[in-house]
Amino acid sequence: MNTHRTLATARRVLLQLRHDPRTVALMLVVPCVLLALLNWVYDASPRTFDSVGASLLGIFPLITMFLVTSIATLRERTSGTLERLLAMPLAKGDLLAGYALAFGALAAFQAVLATGLAIFVLGLNVTGSAWLLLLVALADAILGTALGLFVSAFAASEFQAVQFMPAVILPQILLCGLLVPRASMQPVLEGLSNVLPMSYAVDGMKQVLTHTGVTGDFVRDLAIVAGCALLALAGGAATLRRRTA
Amino acid sequence: MMNKSERAPERAAPTTSARPADGPAVRAHGLQVVRGGRTVLNALDFAVPRGQITGLLGPSGCGKSTLMRAIVGTQAHVTGTLDVLGLPAGHRTLRSRVGYVTQAPSVYADLTVRQNLDYFAAVLGAPADDTPRVIADVDLTSHARDLAGNLSGGQLSRVSLAVALLGEPELLVLDEPTVGLDPVLRRDLWELFHRLAADRAATLLISSHVMDEAERCHRLLLMREGRILAGGTSQTEFGGESPDALRERMSAPTIEAAFLRLVDEAKSLQESAQ
Repeated sequence: MNTHRTLATARRVLLQLRHDPRTVALMLVVPCVLLALLNWVYDASPRTFDSVGASLLGIFPLITMFLVTSIATLRERTSGTLERLLAMPLAKGDLLAGYALAFGALAAFQAVLATGLAIFVLGLNVTGSAWLLLLVALADAILGTALGLFVSAFAASEFQAVQFMPAVILPQILLCGLLVPRASMQPVLEGLSNVLPMSYAVDGMKQVLTHTGVTGDFVRDLAIVAGCALLALAGGAATLRRRTA
Repeated sequence: MMNKSERAPERAAPTTSARPADGPAVRAHGLQVVRGGRTVLNALDFAVPRGQITGLLGPSGCGKSTLMRAIVGTQAHVTGTLDVLGLPAGHRTLRSRVGYVTQAPSVYADLTVRQNLDYFAAVLGAPADDTPRVIADVDLTSHARDLAGNLSGGQLSRVSLAVALLGEPELLVLDEPTVGLDPVLRRDLWELFHRLAADRAATLLISSHVMDEAERCHRLLLMREGRILAGGTSQTEFGGESPDALRERMSAPTIEAAFLRLVDEAKSLQESAQ
């Protein structure tokens, strides 16, 4: 690993995004619009908005980063630039860390906008600190980036890459406790939700929603999300091969 | 058409640009590559001399690109001996000493020419003043601020070539670098290739399926169906065969005629063996 090469890669990814302002605008504006819409939907029951809104603050960065990263990495693979980079003195870790850094920065910005809007404009009631919400959102974003990197290895085209979103992300949304509390699901489903990382992303948000300080459960949830992100990054690194058939 | 005067300039004696102690830039012995159960390269023995332009010629699909990928170390399932600059192909210290250009331009379409080169220069650890130099080398200075995706096909492949020139690599492996370029650009690029070999003692391995480009090379390797037809180490110890020697040996007026004669010979040899 080499800091100079990692930072150069992160800078390059951000420069590419700068040439695509529409994507950046969509990434930043869409979660805010959806939150506002949700607030309106739950106009009659602000308590439900608190719970669902907080969960979504954890889910949005994961979905956005998953999509953007899987497409960006797929492009890198199909355009030949990945082969070129791997024939150069670039460590796989430099490339992955560069992507995680660039998209992580963007995700942080997205999380600040969405969290700020939810708390200060839409009146989301959180018992804990808004900074903790941001922290979980950031961990979720990095998890999304890592998962996107990993699945892009199994997609041969952009069509396939987009289809991985419903395949990988939607089941987690159904089982993460957003629709039905995880404890009241069928035992099989509950067991399944226990091994899916998004469940802990949403649990972490709920901890901040209902507790004033940093709880043990919150630390555990955050550690699981971060651990899953590292695991997916390692899996992603294993799919980058210097020699290919 | 090309006349005599446009051919490769009389090359300096090989000892001036390549120290004999170094050996050839590339040496292969019993090189074999299997892709999807098919033997794409079959028992190749050849060498690429240092400080010279070696042309790798043969029809599409004969294994030129696979051979080049094996040399730069991106090809899997390579067996036999393949040494590059005295080290096994794909050795990690070779990654900054070998420049490689794939057939399809591999640069970022959503970055400008300058931004592309700045990034690859940072990855290679090339000096900061390398970027304007290589942009000038491929004659794109007036397009440095253009988005790569907005360039023409020929301009884009020159951006890809410029990336390979960063950091002054000792060995340049160029896969069909002049395909689809107009005659003026082709001539300019060949002049650049000769400058690189003469001034910087760089070794160039350039593939092409256009036989008239062979005349511009110092040495030739002719390939067909995964085998070396001419220029293999069984014929010349130095590596490759010069265009003049090849034409003379086959008593053919052009390289193309010599190649066709070699193909016919190989075919009749195969038939008589059966």
